[in-house]
Amino acid sequence: MTDETLAALSDTLFSIAVGLYSLAVVAYCAELAFGGRTAPARELVAAGGGAPALPATPATSADEEPARARRWGMVAMGLTVLGALVQAGVLITRGMATGRLPWGNMYEFGTAVVLVAVVVYLVLAVKTPALRHIGVFVLGPVVLAMVGIGLFLYASAGPLVAALRSAWLAVHVTTAILGFGIFFVSGIASVMYLVRSRYEAKVAAGEAPLSRIVHRLPTAAALDRTAHRTAVFGFPIWTFAVIAGAIWAESAWGRFWGWDPKETWAFIAWVVYAAYLHARTTAGWRGRPSAWVNVVGLGVMVFNLLYVNMVSTGLHSYGGLK
Amino acid sequence: MRTALILLFLLAVAAIPGSLLPQRSLSQSQVTAYFSDHPDLAKVFDALYLFDVFSSPWFAAIYLLLFISLIGCVVPRAIEHGRAVFAAPPPAPRHLHRLPDNRTLPTDLDAAAALDVVEEELRVRRFRVVRRDGKHGPELSAEKGFLKETGNVVFHLALLALLLGLAGGKLWGYEGSILVTEGERFCNTFQQYDNHREGAFVDPADMTPLCVTLDDFQAQYEDNLTAASFTADIDYGLAGSATRNTTIGVNSPLRVDGDRVYVTGHGFSPVFDVTFANGDSFTDISAPFLPTETRTMSSEGAVKFPDVPGSDTQLALQGLFAPTGSVTGGLLTSIDPRPLDPQVAVFVYEGYLGLDSGLPQNVYSIDQTQLERGTLQQVGQANLKVGESTTLDDGTVITFSGIKEFAAMQLSHDPGQLWVLGAAVAVLVGLLGMLLLRRERVFARASGGTDGAGTVVGIGALTRGSADTAPRFTALTDDVAAALARRTRSEEKPSS
Ligand code: HEM
Repeated sequence: MTDETLAALSDTLFSIAVGLYSLAVVAYCAELAFGGRTAPARELVAAGGGAPALPATPATSADEEPARARRWGMVAMGLTVLGALVQAGVLITRGMATGRLPWGNMYEFGTAVVLVAVVVYLVLAVKTPALRHIGVFVLGPVVLAMVGIGLFLYASAGPLVAALRSAWLAVHVTTAILGFGIFFVSGIASVMYLVRSRYEAKVAAGEAPLSRIVHRLPTAAALDRTAHRTAVFGFPIWTFAVIAGAIWAESAWGRFWGWDPKETWAFIAWVVYAAYLHARTTAGWRGRPSAWVNVVGLGVMVFNLLYVNMVSTGLHSYGGLK
Repeated sequence: MRTALILLFLLAVAAIPGSLLPQRSLSQSQVTAYFSDHPDLAKVFDALYLFDVFSSPWFAAIYLLLFISLIGCVVPRAIEHGRAVFAAPPPAPRHLHRLPDNRTLPTDLDAAAALDVVEEELRVRRFRVVRRDGKHGPELSAEKGFLKETGNVVFHLALLALLLGLAGGKLWGYEGSILVTEGERFCNTFQQYDNHREGAFVDPADMTPLCVTLDDFQAQYEDNLTAASFTADIDYGLAGSATRNTTIGVNSPLRVDGDRVYVTGHGFSPVFDVTFANGDSFTDISAPFLPTETRTMSSEGAVKFPDVPGSDTQLALQGLFAPTGSVTGGLLTSIDPRPLDPQVAVFVYEGYLGLDSGLPQNVYSIDQTQLERGTLQQVGQANLKVGESTTLDDGTVITFSGIKEFAAMQLSHDPGQLWVLGAAVAVLVGLLGMLLLRRERVFARASGGTDGAGTVVGIGALTRGSADTAPRFTALTDDVAAALARRTRSEEKPSS
């Protein structure tokens, strides 16, 4: 295949991946919709007025789910896996078409981050089946992100500018992608935790709103644990990405740290995530406040990608946007 | 610890205006533009150092406070940890069943033998074990995972070292930048640089007497005109000693003894010959034109002739340079960054250039105030290709005779750099230790069985770090139970 056909194939695969993820969203919705009709009420009555009003083990709801819901869940997972494979294909064909690592501009970077997020979600969902139920809340933002990336960040396949031709691209950008993708899932887990913990508090207070969808989510404790574990995993990777970036900057820009907007916001993100990890073990900050810090962290990451590349001018402006 | 974290947070918040407002350290011209767009606001912002956030007193204050607070909490912590490494594990708590993981195991062995079994299992798992005769019976305390706390101490000490290295590098470091045309040379002194920045403790006398000559500059492009590489062939050496030849480029600076020399940009210097009416002439006069658009290398600049032979009036050319020019409707634009068809569009001015007015002048343009005052007048205008000339009314002939390439070069000196790298690696190592390792404490106590016959071993564990401790605890106690059963049986055999 010529480079042009490979590049065109890559673009086609991108659309297919978006399509598969959209179908997966539909399937996840169906899964939630067909989720136990009566189960919530029964469990809630059984739970009585005790403090943890809902079953503490995340696996519970998966065991009790009706066959129809489970079938939809499996379909959704299958579509997600397929979507991830196709999306990996987007990057692989781009890489083949250009003869370089396929993360040299914002389009490719964004696509890779989303792929990492989907893979992290899949790994979590396979290891802890109850986490599958946050699928729609992961894949929904994923589809939105993909559409945004395709519409606003698209850059046609091309060679790298001179400054990016360095082994540090593989080190710095790859780890930044991994860190970002992991934080993405972590942030969503925290958002879901915020939703779910409020629901649980209401249930415990007897104001039980009995939302079927929220009820199908993993327990607040499980969501909080997931958010924390992923952040613990992502934080050293992010730290490494920042350090690698500094080492690269020393040879590319003449100094390892110059408070360029991208550097500044990478530092801010680092501090926010450090604060999140601390907050979770600090009395008075456990639970919802620390979850908010994690959400702010994700906000900072997204801001750093979009605002700093598109609005401000800095040395990191390799976005491929004109 | 909380204070340190709050200060760190404050440092992050303080950095925000530095990323949203133009900064002098990054782009003086953007700051100037901001001043002309928002004159009043800009004055207020400037008074608050918002255009120099990272060198502002308040940023330095937060930095310093963070530093002090880190020292205040990490040093005692490190000392305490140092002691703990040599201290025995703490005595078992009274109520083992209140620990997060706990289990009781019945056995026929006597208390001491039962604890022997527990100790063996723990030692196999590399716990440090202490046996005590407690108030509530013989007991055992075991501990492992000091590295987690070591990681914590390393992390925080490294953070401190990092801040020190950063500050030191700023105070004793400097950098200078200069545009060097092919064939020219510069030496590492502040007088020679176009721009320089230096820390408070830099002594110009101590600067390495390094000199660099730019022999050749080359830019290479892909078919779609993406810049593929910029390389500069240079000769370098200490002043007065032999020079060596090397090639530097993007991502590969020259590194010599703590100094680094970079190519940070490039451009073209159009070359002009001027022949005056009286026959005097200047040949090979050039000045760097600054690229205004890197994609096509369309550039702007000025060439000034303050000393025109036999005349009091001065002469200047200002205009646009296009490495590959295309003229449409009289307007010159560049369509390619490579010098395939170099062209200039210049305005010629005569009069007073204001060079000796005492005010600093932009070397890339003529002094607008002189134009406004009428002391400088436009006397000609031309689009020229290489070799073409234009003749002014007074008979002066201006020829565009060729081009030279220049490189923007930068010399940086940062003595804190390696120190910071080491500290950053230590931060990461400490972080990994702190996040991935766990500290486990296991306690056990043997007491007489309730029916007066057997012994009961209570075991409890306390883990700091990763979440899922239950499976590990179950595995440990299962092994202990199995060992207890084995021991009982093997002891019974001979007696029966
Ligand atoms: C200066 C005094 C500080 C002290 C005494 C301190 C102490 C601690 C302690 C005790 C932990 C372990 C938390 C746990 O129990 O799991 C910890 C973790 C951590 N600290 Fe600090 N800290 C300090 C400042 C900082 C600062 C300025 C940062 C900046 C980034 C930071 C970043 C972290 C991170 C990322 C963790 C990991 C959190 C976790 O293990 O869950 N610390 N620190």
